[in-house]
Amino acid sequence: MPPAPGNSSTRYLPPMHELSVCQAIVREVLELAAARCATSISDIYLRVGPLSGVETPLLRNAFPFAAAGTVVSGAALHVAPTPVRIHCSRCDADTVVPPNRLLCGQCSDWRTELLSGDELLLDRIEMQCSDEKDHAHV
Amino acid sequence: MCDTCGCNVTHGNEHLLKSGAPLAQTSNGSESIEVLKGLLAANDHEAQHNREHFAEHRVLAVNLMSSPGAGKTALLEATIRDLGDRYRIAVIVGDLETENDAERIRRHGVPAIQISTGSACHLDAHMVHSALHGLDLQEIDIVFIENVGNLVCPASFDLGQHCNVTLLSSPEGDDKPQKYPVMFRAADLVLLSKSDLTPILGDFDPRRAERHVRELANGAPLIEVSSRNGHGMSAWTGWLERALQLQRANGAVEPQRHVHAAAHTHD
Repeated sequence: MPPAPGNSSTRYLPPMHELSVCQAIVREVLELAAARCATSISDIYLRVGPLSGVETPLLRNAFPFAAAGTVVSGAALHVAPTPVRIHCSRCDADTVVPPNRLLCGQCSDWRTELLSGDELLLDRIEMQCSDEKDHAHV
Repeated sequence: MCDTCGCNVTHGNEHLLKSGAPLAQTSNGSESIEVLKGLLAANDHEAQHNREHFAEHRVLAVNLMSSPGAGKTALLEATIRDLGDRYRIAVIVGDLETENDAERIRRHGVPAIQISTGSACHLDAHMVHSALHGLDLQEIDIVFIENVGNLVCPASFDLGQHCNVTLLSSPEGDDKPQKYPVMFRAADLVLLSKSDLTPILGDFDPRRAERHVRELANGAPLIEVSSRNGHGMSAWTGWLERALQLQRANGAVEPQRHVHAAAHTHD
C-alpha cells in the first residue's frame, strides 16, 4: 500500500483489492500520459460490471491513494456500470438479470452464458498536453 | 485476454468500439483517448506466465478459496494424509500475517511457502510467481494455492491455476453463494466443509447450497467433506486425481517459450 496522503491516522484505508485495481489504473494512465507528454489528466472513464468483483464506492475511496503524487492526482473517476446480460442456451433468449441469479429471464433455465456484467475496463481518458504538436494518435 | 488482436472484444463490449472515433478532440483542447483495456491486464499476463511454468513441469495448480476459518488448512492436512504417499504435493499459502499455516503443512513433510500479504486481502499472480521460485516444480505433482480467507477479493485475480476450489463450511450458512456470486460463479468445485457439523446445526441444507450455485449458471459439482472424520474425502481426492490426469493429458503439448519481465533463473 502506498503511503496515505495527508494525515494517515485520520485517513485509514482498509485492506481491499480495489486499491490494487486503482494502482493498475494509475500505472496504465501514467504510461499513456507519458507517451503524449500530458501535464494533467482531467477524466478517467471506466466500465465496471457487478460480476467483476469490484465495488465502485471502494474504487472511488482507494483512487486518491493510488493517484497521490502523480499527474493522475486530481483526475475525476467516472464509473459506468454495465448490466448483467445472459444468453440462454436452451431457449436462445438474451435477458438482463440480477448478479446473483443468472437464470434465463424467459425460461428460468440455469444453463446460460454471460454476455456482459463482468467487465473491468479502462474505457477512455481525457488529458491536457503541454504542446499541441506533441499529440500522438493511438 | 489479449489487447492487441481484438480477441477481448465480446458481445458485451463490442458496442464500445463502434461509438465514435478512437481518438476525439474535446472543445477545450484536451485530448480524449479511447483505451478499452482490461484493468487487470498486467496480472492476467503474469498468471499466464505461471500457467506456462506449471505446464512445463506437468503440475496441477489448485486455487483454494473460502471465508477465513472454513477449514482450508485442515482440508490440506487431511488431503496430504490421504494422497501424500502417491503424489508429491506442495502448498503456497497466503495470509495477512504469520507463518502459522505453512508451519502446519510442513509438519506433514510437505514443502510450504508462506506469502504474508500485509495489507492485501488476496493473492495476485505476481505474489504466486515469486513463491514459485521457492519450489522445485520438477519434484511436484500438485501445488495447492491456499488463498487469503476472503469470499470477495480473491475471485477477481487469476493466479495461473487450473481450477478453483471453493469451500463453504456448514456453520456459514447455505446461502453464501447467493451473497457472494462472483466467488461461487468462479468455482470449478464447491466443497461443503465441516460436514460433521451439519446434523448438529440442523439448518444447513446441502441441496439448497447446490441450488444457489446453479442459480449462478454454474454446473460445478458439490461434495460434502469433513477433514475431521474423513467423510467425503475419497470423493474429493478422486476429483483431484481426475483433474491431475486431465491436466496432464491437456498439458502434454510442448509449452510455448516465454520471456520474463525481469531477468531470473529457474531451478
